Amino acid sequence: MKMKIVLVGNPNSGKTTLFNSLTGNNQHIGNWPGVTVEKKEGFIRSHKDITVIDLPGIYSLSPYSLEEVISRDYILNEKPDVIINIVDGSNLERNLYLTTQLIETGVPVVIAINMMDVIAKNKDVIKSAAIGKTLNCPVVEITALKSQGSEELITQTIKIKEEGYTFRPVVWYSQEIEHLITEIAETIKAKVDNDKLRWYAIKVFEKDEKALEDLNLDEIVLKQINSKIEAFESLKDDDSESLITRERYAFINRFVDRVYLKNKIKVQSVSHKIDKILTNKYLGLPIFAVIIFLVYYLSISTVGGIMTDFVNDTIFGDNGLPAIVNGWLVSINAWPWLQGVLVEGIIGGVGAVLGFLPQMFVLFLLLGILEESGYMARIAFILDRIFRKFGLSGKSFFPMLMSTGCGIPGVMAARTIEEESNRKVMIMTTTFMPCGAKLPIIALIAGAMFRGSSIQWLIAPSAYLLGIAMIIISSIILKKFKGFAGKASPFIMELPDYHLPSVKGLAFHVYHKLKSFVKKAGTIILLASVIVWFLSNFSWSFVMISDPNQSILASAGKLIDVIFSPLGWGNWKATVATLTGLIAKENVVSTFGVLYGFAEVSESGAEIWTLLSVDFTPLSSYSFLVFNLICAPCIAAIATIKREMGSKKWTWIAIGFQTLMAYTISLIIYQVGSIFTGVFNVWSIIGIILLIILLYLILRPNKYLNISK
Amino acid sequence: MTNTLDKADIGFECVIVKVSGDKPIKRRLMDMGLIPGTRVFIRKLAPLGDPMEIMVRGTELTLRKADALNIMIEVIAED
Repeated sequence: MKMKIVLVGNPNSGKTTLFNSLTGNNQHIGNWPGVTVEKKEGFIRSHKDITVIDLPGIYSLSPYSLEEVISRDYILNEKPDVIINIVDGSNLERNLYLTTQLIETGVPVVIAINMMDVIAKNKDVIKSAAIGKTLNCPVVEITALKSQGSEELITQTIKIKEEGYTFRPVVWYSQEIEHLITEIAETIKAKVDNDKLRWYAIKVFEKDEKALEDLNLDEIVLKQINSKIEAFESLKDDDSESLITRERYAFINRFVDRVYLKNKIKVQSVSHKIDKILTNKYLGLPIFAVIIFLVYYLSISTVGGIMTDFVNDTIFGDNGLPAIVNGWLVSINAWPWLQGVLVEGIIGGVGAVLGFLPQMFVLFLLLGILEESGYMARIAFILDRIFRKFGLSGKSFFPMLMSTGCGIPGVMAARTIEEESNRKVMIMTTTFMPCGAKLPIIALIAGAMFRGSSIQWLIAPSAYLLGIAMIIISSIILKKFKGFAGKASPFIMELPDYHLPSVKGLAFHVYHKLKSFVKKAGTIILLASVIVWFLSNFSWSFVMISDPNQSILASAGKLIDVIFSPLGWGNWKATVATLTGLIAKENVVSTFGVLYGFAEVSESGAEIWTLLSVDFTPLSSYSFLVFNLICAPCIAAIATIKREMGSKKWTWIAIGFQTLMAYTISLIIYQVGSIFTGVFNVWSIIGIILLIILLYLILRPNKYLNISK
Repeated sequence: MTNTLDKADIGFECVIVKVSGDKPIKRRLMDMGLIPGTRVFIRKLAPLGDPMEIMVRGTELTLRKADALNIMIEVIAED
């Protein structure tokens, strides 16, 4: 039967896990509230005619937060056939609060009580049948993580559609409220469908602005209704909205004890024990710093580095793939340009990027463990105070976190920040975090320019800390401009229990990230490498040349490379690499691979790196790294920024700001840094002046502070 | 003795007496189950003294002192 079902539930209740298990999809899952920010659509594997929509997690259908409005608009306007309401069995009260609101929308509801494995482990008992009877809807017990109960869930969903459903109220409010609701229903009944009448009547009683907009009531009628509500409010000394909320919870409290039998023997929760250390007053912050340091140090410098060296040295090194392919091409007398494009272009370019696959593997694995374990929510808890000081919320950490994988979901995750100007700042700055595609750049610079240096181990973690620092500095600066002044958003968040990451979940997570990376290497990066090879091996008269400095790309690059001279890397190769990075950040490394001929090097792997030091000093390479980390992100991320900002003007402001910051910071690093090596000239002075301006923008008093709390 | 939640002592259990504040913040607090009559256990403060971690209806919530200011509580027992 053709039908449309929608998954609704509290944040972190396992909706996306269920969605993936129903559809065979692979959406991102994490153990923190707010992973899904956009609705997602799929088909049930065993019933292709059933469409499933995964909505963002919500606590309520209130009109105040974006996710809640998205969800309720969908439920009310898109006419789903059935709502599957995922309920976290270990937290019935708050989850059923949303359930009572969903039932009131008049759409048939099937309740899926999730995390039954946890319930069983705690030796608690949930009486599902009793819940179903009280709430007048089918209840299915499931464990989404293990795909248990989904068949029964689908069966019940189809059944409720086939057999038909008649709405009847399950929550009865106090007599006075019911009386008012009936009166309101009488007035608006011509305007709404019968099954939605009670919903709208309650919303009018709550003075819900969104609902009143939909209804567009006559002003005199509305005034009459409101005067009655206000009289009631002053009688009860609370607003109508809160009175409804209180009675809803009272209703749930009355029956939850009957249906949820808690194990009497109190188990000292493992989560509390872990939290005693991880969010400890004195240890919390140092542990956070050590964990983040370890993630980057392990993935780039040690474990991942060793594996990458192996790939680079053995597969793409000496007697590796380039030599084999080259030998074969020579033996069949292939055209020289074909040899060039295959060995120098494709193997050199794509190979340079693929060589970093092991480092990505380790990074994604470690981030996956952090995400699934539940530590991420604790990071927000620990850092909120710091972030708020700079006008950001602890929730700002989530976009930043997503951005360490990819900037696109990072920018989208900024949606969870309610307050408009805070959200804009986050969209503009979250891509400062080094994403997976920027990781090869970091690893390349750390490996090539700082090999053997006593500070090599610092380079990778410094890139990450720079990202955080840049986001903080930028928001301090931006918040002092009129367009960005605003209140700090409220911060009330659930801290989920810790759990051991599952091997299956981690494998899934890492596999899909790496797959998309390899796919990109085989498509966009391959194409870009081929183009870069042709442009760097042919002259304007389309003759193949041996000196790349005479090539089309060189002459074009030389026209603009002077722009980057003040940053210390005004050479055409670095310029071209930076520009190709706008298509995809991996291109920075693949372009280097082609232009510096990584594939051709015949000595040991270490020599691959020394080629770079012809054009770079350690200082200028760091400036290059910083510029590429901070400047405008790739085209796909820019498109996402445009979509989230919903305005061309703001997109340009974002790109302009990012590029300006990148240029300024890199210039300061290079020019002020050069002073310490004994160089002092006009640029040193410009560098110092820029540093002073930057400090002024950070430290100047905030004129708009009185607007914020 | 009534007080606002942000000033409650760590390790104490309280009961919520009243929730106030602007509509969005008040609704948000109440949607999360912070309703008059609800028992709240004050677990700890974040390392930098804010936000606070409380236990409500069997789950851990974290909220800022600035938001907790909207919640009136009454201490009922010592841990």
